[in-house]
Amino acid sequence: MPSNKESLSRVLTVAFALCIVCSVVVSAAAVVLKPAQEINKTRDLKRNILMAAGLYDASLTVEEQFERVTTRVVDIDAGTYVNDIDPEGFDSRAAAKDPARSRALEAEEDIAKIIRRSDHALVYLVNDESGSLDKVILPIHGYGLWSTLYGFVALEADGNTIAGLGFYEHGETPGLGGEVDNPRWKSLWKASRHIVMVMWRSRLQRVRLTPSPPLRTGKLMAFRGRL
Amino acid sequence: MDIRETLFRPVFRDNPIALQILGICSALAVTSSMQVSLVMAIALTLVTAFSSFFISSIRHYIPSSIRIIVQMTIIASLVIVVDQILKAVAYEISKQLSVFVGLIITNCIVMGRAEAYAMKNPPIPSFLDGLGNGLGYSFVLMTVAFVRELFGSGKLFGVEVLPLVTEGGWYMPNGLLLLPPSAFFLIGLLIWAIRSWQKDQVEEPEFRITQHTPVEESA
Repeated sequence: MPSNKESLSRVLTVAFALCIVCSVVVSAAAVVLKPAQEINKTRDLKRNILMAAGLYDASLTVEEQFERVTTRVVDIDAGTYVNDIDPEGFDSRAAAKDPARSRALEAEEDIAKIIRRSDHALVYLVNDESGSLDKVILPIHGYGLWSTLYGFVALEADGNTIAGLGFYEHGETPGLGGEVDNPRWKSLWKASRHIVMVMWRSRLQRVRLTPSPPLRTGKLMAFRGRL
Repeated sequence: MDIRETLFRPVFRDNPIALQILGICSALAVTSSMQVSLVMAIALTLVTAFSSFFISSIRHYIPSSIRIIVQMTIIASLVIVVDQILKAVAYEISKQLSVFVGLIITNCIVMGRAEAYAMKNPPIPSFLDGLGNGLGYSFVLMTVAFVRELFGSGKLFGVEVLPLVTEGGWYMPNGLLLLPPSAFFLIGLLIWAIRSWQKDQVEEPEFRITQHTPVEESA
């Protein structure tokens, strides 16, 4: 055992060497695994988009199925497509935090407690085999009991009937708010044909459904884009 | 040094959760489903084993004044690597585990074994000791998760075992079991069971209530 183990130079040498070794190991892992993580993340998002619309087929790859989907950026206030923003690089959560690209919501219109809303959003247009519009998938988010829930709502081509609904990220308690993941609850949205979707331009609105599916987490929000 | 003793003693005889009452926090948080618990158990076992191994291999070079932070650095690096690997190969599960993989860094079992065993023993026994303690943690985690998932959501590893009332079956799930406090009760019962079986684990009471003064004396 080295005798001068407690000397200052020894302390500094050990600390420095350890930091170098550990940082190399950590960075190497992060860099090497990054491409695989990015693929997973994109695939997971795409799978959730397809699942919301009830189009997901586990026997095909996500990429194959996503070929039918066109991603567009919409200006929520104007209700028009925006062509100068690249959908690939658009991050609505980052945009919602940027004062230049979002606005604060008034208390009475902020029923989903999201505080700020991005000016733009991604919408996903699903075409059927003949190439005509089949479904439109809109991102939704709102505050639940413990967390913000992020999901997608899929509309039929008439823009007025819900084709499906699903959340891909939330921190709700299993058995309570977590029941939003229950296929039976989700199917209530799909089955109903008596949907009153009150949409005000430039406002977040509650998606109303008759009969309303029972859920303690409550509010579900959608926004209006001209479809 | 007996290999079997080092490896298996922490599972029942000297269980880190049941006897030493360490690492309870994550045992409460992740045990609502068996699949997630299994991944968490594997992650913690690997981290404990390898951190003990690395700490033990450089134990003669670690100045004692900075030994804790050296141990933390090694543990943290391993945890980050495990987290990155999970995100790359098991994305769904890493999403469910979210912060809990990162919190392995603060798990007292990892730190406890590094300080109590790896600093004083050669690398291979330290590795086995880490592995054994990880298995002890895994044993408790899987036991708790089994009860919580089976009676809380009627499933095991996500496969329906007891058909729920909400799904058209007959089983009314116990919602408490899905909440973290239920793991407290289960771990408590488990500790009781283990200590009834192995009586030497029962601790001496720290104090005893004295006898009442008999009525005739006090009068």
